[in-house]
Amino acid sequence: MSSAAAPAAPSAATAPPDGPVRSGGSPVRGRLATWVMQWGSATVDGLHTIGDLAIFTAVMLRWLFTRRPARGTILTNFYQVGALSLPVVALTGTFIGMVLAVQSYTQFHAIGLDSRLGAVINATLVRELGPVLAATMLAGRVGGAMAAVLGTMRVTEQIDALTTMGADPMHYLVVPRFLACILLIPALTIMADFMGIVGGYFYSVIILKIDHAAYLNYSRENVVGFDLFSGIFKSVFFGAIISIVSCYRGFHCQPGAEGVGKAATTAFVYSFVMILSIDLVLTIVLNSIYYTLYPSGSSFL
Amino acid sequence: MNDPIAISTHNLSMSFQGDDILKNISVEIRRGQTLAIIGESGCGKTVFMKTMVGLLQPTSGSVHFDGRDIATLSPKEMTATRCRWGFVFQNAALFDSMTIYENVAFPLRQNRHLSETETYHLVCQHLQEVGLPPEVVLKRPAELSGGMRKRVGLARALILKPELVAYDEPTTGLDPIMSDVINELMLDVRRRYPVTSIIVTHDMHTVRKVADRVLMFYPRRRLDSPDDSQILFDGSPAQLEHAADRRVRQFVHGQAGERLREMASGWADVNVPVAH
Repeated sequence: MSSAAAPAAPSAATAPPDGPVRSGGSPVRGRLATWVMQWGSATVDGLHTIGDLAIFTAVMLRWLFTRRPARGTILTNFYQVGALSLPVVALTGTFIGMVLAVQSYTQFHAIGLDSRLGAVINATLVRELGPVLAATMLAGRVGGAMAAVLGTMRVTEQIDALTTMGADPMHYLVVPRFLACILLIPALTIMADFMGIVGGYFYSVIILKIDHAAYLNYSRENVVGFDLFSGIFKSVFFGAIISIVSCYRGFHCQPGAEGVGKAATTAFVYSFVMILSIDLVLTIVLNSIYYTLYPSGSSFL
Repeated sequence: MNDPIAISTHNLSMSFQGDDILKNISVEIRRGQTLAIIGESGCGKTVFMKTMVGLLQPTSGSVHFDGRDIATLSPKEMTATRCRWGFVFQNAALFDSMTIYENVAFPLRQNRHLSETETYHLVCQHLQEVGLPPEVVLKRPAELSGGMRKRVGLARALILKPELVAYDEPTTGLDPIMSDVINELMLDVRRRYPVTSIIVTHDMHTVRKVADRVLMFYPRRRLDSPDDSQILFDGSPAQLEHAADRRVRQFVHGQAGERLREMASGWADVNVPVAH
């Protein structure tokens, strides 16, 4: 092949990734302008989404406090969120407890403190891992399903149909889901904590042969009611985040199968990121309250 | 022609992301009139109808129903007003988590405090009126054919005895027989009570058979001048056949004319890389 016939290196003017390019303008200036435009657009979109989400939440809260939701919508959503999530949350909790036992045992065994394993496992579980991992699991199972169902309803005009028949979609679709999440996700968190405690006990006492009485005594001494309360308190916020973000993504779903898929994916990703962010903030606040109530603090050793 | 005005728009404009879809549309629809809105895809006819029934908020302008601007209605008044309208969606928009019975009963349960016996009676009566057999009541929308779903959508829209019914492409996607069944049902509704109807359609057979007034919309981006009216035709179906405007005649007779060349002309100033 002669050099004249060789294909030229792709340039901004001819490269096809973004489709055909209109003629005219310097490629460098064009790329810079595109970069500025994309970042500017992303910033404006982000601010717009935050504002829109705040308005969405405010409208939902107004409906929550002004009109009781229909019993039919409440029962269906409570069943979907609560009863159907129970097995998966119980399984998650059990494995968290057992994994914590496996991970902590080597370190504690090396310094001869195997008997204190119960304190570490149970405190970590009820304060942090139980609520956060249960919420993560539910963000995928419940949040993804909510966004997909509401997204499909948006795309197939079912949400518009509700409006035309005198039912407010916010009252009919979002309020029951919000209630189901803020009431049942804490209940599921208690279930995850309980199963985690059982799983941790089973692995430590039955498999690793740690003394049963010592395991329970150290657990009782080091895990106080405030630990359990802080985990459940955080899960109320996690439930609110999952329901609001997922319903919002479903309501603003783009047309087509890709739009519904994107709504479900972004509902999970945004919920997960927000759960971790709010967890940090709440943990800082709750820790400061804890050290005010128990100035000596907790010590596992 | 002297019937009172049921619904009207005043300088109604609608734009999406800066793109004007409708601009300064003023239309008055009289009580009992059956208005067909026609026009090529993307001309804004569905947007216009959805804005009229309050599903979309106009960028500017207003919609008046019974002499009142619907934007000034309180949420409670708006809900009451919506119960006086019926909307038949293009793909029926039935709730797929509910049975056919629950779908048709939904407007009654939401807005009327009737006993279950009365609700059952009304649902069966309306399903019968649209020609659906009794065995559909316990089925889910996914188990029905397109024509049956459209008829369920029609029964659901009519169950509150609306004063105004909006049909969004009621015959699209149906075979010719089922399309005519839907046309007959629309005529039947009008015969039974004095309903005002707005039909968005591409189907000229529906226009000729059902409508007594036709509006033809034209896409704004294709107008010669931005100041030109988007409404190319406003008259009876009989006048439509002899319209002076070439674009109207082309649409009515389904003639593409220069459309393919016009559509392809968008590529004129684009550098398309040559494949090697």
